[in-house]
Amino acid sequence: MKQTARIISTYTGDTSGVCSALFELGGMTVMHDASGCNSTYSTHDEPRWYNSDSLVFISGLTETEAILGDDEKLIHDTIQTAQELHPKFIALAGSPIPMMTGVDLPAIACEIENTSHLPTFGFNTDGMHSYVSGAGQALAAIAKRYCRPSKIKASTLTVNLLGVTPLDFSINGSVPALTHQLNVQGVQVQSVWAMGSTLAQLAQATRAQVNLVVSASGFKTAQVLQQQFGMPYVVGTPYGATLTKAIVAAIKRAAKSQQNQLAVPPLPNAQTLIVGEGVTALSLAHALFADVGATVLCPTELPDDLLGKGCVHARDEAELLPYFKQARTIIADPLYQPICPKTARFIPLAHEAFSGRLYRKEIPNLVSELDQFRRSNQL
Amino acid sequence: MLNRVQRPQTTAAIPLLQAQFPTPFSTGLTYSPPARGGWNIVHVGMQVPQAHLIFVCAQGCLRGVVLTAAEMGAQTRFSTVAIRTQDVLNGDLEALLVDGVSDILTKLPEKPPAVLVYTSCIHHFMGTDLKLAYRQLRQRFPDIQFTDCYMNPIMRKSGLNPDQTMRRQLYSLLQPAPLVARAVNIIGNDFKLQPQSDLVRLLQQHQFKIREAVTCTTYKQYQQLATSQYNITTRPAAKPAAEMLAQRFGQIHLALPFSFNAQEIEQQLTKLAQAINVPPLDYQPLRAAAKQALYQARQVVGSTEIAIDASATSRPLGLARLLLTDGFNVTRLYLDQIGSAEKADLMALKQLAPDLLIFPTVQPDMRQVSRHTANKVLAIGQKAAYFCGTNYFVNLIQDGGLYGFGGIQQLAQMMVAAVREPKDTQALITVKGWGCHCS
Repeated sequence: MKQTARIISTYTGDTSGVCSALFELGGMTVMHDASGCNSTYSTHDEPRWYNSDSLVFISGLTETEAILGDDEKLIHDTIQTAQELHPKFIALAGSPIPMMTGVDLPAIACEIENTSHLPTFGFNTDGMHSYVSGAGQALAAIAKRYCRPSKIKASTLTVNLLGVTPLDFSINGSVPALTHQLNVQGVQVQSVWAMGSTLAQLAQATRAQVNLVVSASGFKTAQVLQQQFGMPYVVGTPYGATLTKAIVAAIKRAAKSQQNQLAVPPLPNAQTLIVGEGVTALSLAHALFADVGATVLCPTELPDDLLGKGCVHARDEAELLPYFKQARTIIADPLYQPICPKTARFIPLAHEAFSGRLYRKEIPNLVSELDQFRRSNQL
Repeated sequence: MLNRVQRPQTTAAIPLLQAQFPTPFSTGLTYSPPARGGWNIVHVGMQVPQAHLIFVCAQGCLRGVVLTAAEMGAQTRFSTVAIRTQDVLNGDLEALLVDGVSDILTKLPEKPPAVLVYTSCIHHFMGTDLKLAYRQLRQRFPDIQFTDCYMNPIMRKSGLNPDQTMRRQLYSLLQPAPLVARAVNIIGNDFKLQPQSDLVRLLQQHQFKIREAVTCTTYKQYQQLATSQYNITTRPAAKPAAEMLAQRFGQIHLALPFSFNAQEIEQQLTKLAQAINVPPLDYQPLRAAAKQALYQARQVVGSTEIAIDASATSRPLGLARLLLTDGFNVTRLYLDQIGSAEKADLMALKQLAPDLLIFPTVQPDMRQVSRHTANKVLAIGQKAAYFCGTNYFVNLIQDGGLYGFGGIQQLAQMMVAAVREPKDTQALITVKGWGCHCS
């Protein structure tokens, strides 16, 4: 039966995805939920929580408020806190019960903005989708709200990195390495959405010629920036020098042709499986198995363009098992191992969005240390 | 880019004299400080040995509990059924629950003796017919005992809160059995009552068998909890469990609330002695030993500032009162509510230390306050340690199995050790469910 997990974990939800994407931008995110979302987010989804002071709170919805449709408390508490703490913007993220009772978070956001005079976003997250959906909505909203056409483009080839959160890149040096790898190949980085860049840097994203989607969380933003400012995008994560070269070539093609480029198309091979977020998993398939291929099993949301033979959406144990049974090699988070057949070689690749902090110290920096990963796993 | 904002911590605090009972601070948006030692509904449920836990919830809600189980190393005893949008729209959550749980049980390598099924806020709001679902499960799996557990934090202000409900349901799988005299359960506690506690001393002195869910290692052993003549509760959250057991099995409930007050401790111990029909303990040497331990601790702790939080003990005001009376320099309390048992302590402290600062822990402004203090602070509790930015702290969670004069003696010794040896605060307080080794 689908939807059951006898033993495996589950991916970070969309509500946390919103918080993760906006964490470093100086805003205030309010999860409209009873309790639990905040603890889950701060414990398992947010490695930056302990040593930072970014504003993420929970509304503390009660049964009575939900039944009576009392949105006033959320509005009042949010405005009051914003007046005390002075965030640059406010974001509201929904959870299952507001979804069920039909809370109109975008409308509430308008009401809060009218009173607080702070840019306010309302996201209809429902806790039933993955972080990719939530982070995608949040980053796209930032692009719509803050980005303006650039009068002057960067003089050298410059990109924005879209879809960067610790849920896919952890806090192991991968994020600065993304910029470094591209710099080495002559590509500059205008902004990283959204780790290590300020809101002002994101607002100037249109100075770049091309956007680089490094995880599926960046897709919606890429589409917004293309529709509004005509910026083409490239899909691929620069894992290792060889793939980075190919991605840089794609960036150049995109800059010249103004056409989007998929630098990491599916490479089907049912004997080798990579389980994880779609863009990074496809990129790993290219970085490690460019010659023989590897099929990607993607349990999180991914645009239809990337799906097909070689990149399959499968999230439940019942959907994953038939693929696992055929495989000789499986690269996946360690929490998948209990359902992998003993006949297959299992290569652990911890993923913050699946196992949280459990294996954080073992998450490799695949951007600059791909060869080490390859050698240590004899690939 | 992350830039840490530093607001003076005192802006969030109020002097104790201004503290209103039972809620000193207004409620609004809520912050979650990263002190994770308290036990959640997974840790408590795992106390039923050999039982399997199945959560039926939305993905976002499953995330926290599935990783709680994984961090405990208890994945083999934990499964999930994800509720998706179409299930809410179709409205057939009974079928999803029954078919999902059945699917998992048929795939388990061994059938568990009992299954705790956790439903969520969604079931409550959809009016899911849980009785029907459980009836069908019991028909499908007659050899397995099922009980209903809940992850519905939205109900935390409607009747029994989730903590009380979970502690009650922990004992709902017990089956009627003949009662055995001279057997006592300590119920509703996360930590085994320490052998040095006066309560254990009294019971053991008179050859009473002491049972606690947390010490059971087999399901058979857990079932023996139904045979004890008495149930002792030391924490208010356990009361509904004791009332249920009194009604179902006729077990006698003795509410002996945890306290730091000598008079209250003696009253509780006398109440116990009378109930089980044994002579009371000689309190004089116990009281003297506790006093001596506090004196020795004061020689070491000296004028070091002390901060106490409510995650450490159910009686933070009582502890502050005890320590201040004994000459310690308590300067800060971290709490969001004042329990009804602490009303007298609040009044006494208003006379004794009206300027003692009370800080909230969940108010939004606590997110950005400075976590640095000018002087060395000895914290009692994880949240106090976090907010004071100190490495000197007593890692005490929910009274930690302490009780009575023996408990005070132990706490004094823990304070001495804590003020001498710094700890890795971040590494310790971020561990979920401190002391829970249920796998």
